Amino acid sequence: MTNAILTGLMLGGMYALIAMGLTLQYGVARIMNLSYGEFLIAAAFASHWLFTGWAVSPFVGLALVVPLAFALNFVIYKLLLTPLVRRAPNRDALEVDSILATFGLTFVIQGSMLALFGGAYYSYSFLAFPVQFLGETVAVNRLTALGITILLGLALYAALTRTRTGTAVRAVAVDPFAAQLVAINVPQASALTFALGGALVAAAGVLVSTFLTFSASSGVVFTMKALIVVVMGGVGNMLGCLVAGLALGLSEALVASYVDPGLTLAVNFALFLAVLLVKPAGLFGRATR
Amino acid sequence: MSTRTAGLGALALAALALLALVPRLGNAYYLALAISLLQYTVLATAWGLFSGPTRYVSLATTAFFGVGAYTVAVLGEILPWPLVLLIAAALGAIVAAIVGLSTLRLSGVYFVIFTFGLTELIRQLVVWFEVNKSRVLGRYVFVNITQADIYWQLLALTAAVFLLGWLIARSRLGFALRVIGEDETVAKHCGINTTFAKVALFTISATIMTLVGAIMAPRWTYIEPSIAFNSMISFQVLIMALLGGAHRLWGPVLGAVPLTLLFELLSARFPNTFTIILGCIFLLIVYMLPRGVAGLFEKLSTTSAGKTTQRVAT
Repeated sequence: MTNAILTGLMLGGMYALIAMGLTLQYGVARIMNLSYGEFLIAAAFASHWLFTGWAVSPFVGLALVVPLAFALNFVIYKLLLTPLVRRAPNRDALEVDSILATFGLTFVIQGSMLALFGGAYYSYSFLAFPVQFLGETVAVNRLTALGITILLGLALYAALTRTRTGTAVRAVAVDPFAAQLVAINVPQASALTFALGGALVAAAGVLVSTFLTFSASSGVVFTMKALIVVVMGGVGNMLGCLVAGLALGLSEALVASYVDPGLTLAVNFALFLAVLLVKPAGLFGRATR
Repeated sequence: MSTRTAGLGALALAALALLALVPRLGNAYYLALAISLLQYTVLATAWGLFSGPTRYVSLATTAFFGVGAYTVAVLGEILPWPLVLLIAAALGAIVAAIVGLSTLRLSGVYFVIFTFGLTELIRQLVVWFEVNKSRVLGRYVFVNITQADIYWQLLALTAAVFLLGWLIARSRLGFALRVIGEDETVAKHCGINTTFAKVALFTISATIMTLVGAIMAPRWTYIEPSIAFNSMISFQVLIMALLGGAHRLWGPVLGAVPLTLLFELLSARFPNTFTIILGCIFLLIVYMLPRGVAGLFEKLSTTSAGKTTQRVAT
């Protein structure tokens, strides 16, 4: 029982980390990014390449991959998504357009990775020795990943609540029109937030690659879980992200160990629907209409 | 108006009769190509039937296609063919109604997310059932259906889809959906039962997709979940419907025909980079032709009409 709960908490921490970037991209920049998981897998491949090819530790890899992802996502927002933002007459139209554009992007990235790495599963062994933790045996890489996740989450929370830029970002999340009235550069803030979300998912990709096997086509599953966590927790809400991520991880681990590992996705969707039927705006979201 | 409708109907019947003769040509390659063309035409038109007027992007085409194909894989050898098709259609309708009832009451995003995951979810459930209960993964389909039979069935379904779309557009349901597409809040205030309208049309559209999957299944002799639930189909259908323009009944055909031919060519020439090319084509369409070819035609005709009225005024 403790083992299942511990596994669930670690899985949940991972889901929360993965979803943090998406909640920024969707909550603030209003881009529903369906290619999100592909960015995660791309970062995982980058980390794999650095570690096996150049013997670069994933921690150092983090310092290389994350800034690169930030820059790349900034460029993507400026080049690909700004035209859509300009074109859209309202929020719903932007949502549809961004879904379509990023859906196309998914296939471009996935196809590129398939061409580069093939369809095989990849993994590498990093800090893969067991330790005793709360009376259970766990792998060190999972614990380290959880630790870094917590640090990243706290840093993000502090940045959003304690700094001037963070306050501006939250203002854009609440109302992009009104934010302009108090001299916030909304396009700039949106671009930065989108890039920050991309940087976070890259960090998640590097961390996930240390303990999970992945292939060029496994991005979709991550996108789906991130979307479920974001909507369940309430769009743009960090605390909601954490709670929903943990709930998802726990339910998945419990079902996998007591019912059947083949039914995890069904449980994800059941939980998602159950939450939405009771609270359509998510656990911590405010109702908009 | 009525003479025009009658004329169009006569034209459609003539085209149908001509198309029905294709298997008589005796060329296996053209027949296979014609089957692909019809398959994507029906799928894209069915997609546009729901997503066109409501503007809800459905990513679950594969899920329904797969349900149909897998039903045939399981029941194809046991039951007579019409009964198999009927069961497949019923299953598709039930799945669509469940998905629609649970997500379409909420905002559009939840629907997109759910349809995005639906294929994966159903595939996992099928695999779980096959591994644990029936203990077979992958089935052989030996039914007495020739390529020409598949073609004629698809042709009949194509005719049915267009007739259905034409009837819906003239019904109260079609009008309600157009109002929903323009503004859902207004629709609610007009006393339209928006949930019922959306779920009804989603179910109709999904049932047709399921039937396509069931009809196409005998083409493969071996079916396993990863073949039946290939997410590429959702993607291709979406591209075709968008290129043609989903807001018109005849729009998706304009996308389905050229793109099926193009994909046929591309997948043979560039099997490794096919996905990348597909993604790039899709992005081009989203950016350059947001309302599709049908939108382009409308724009051209309205600008030329505008010019004539101007000329009359001066």
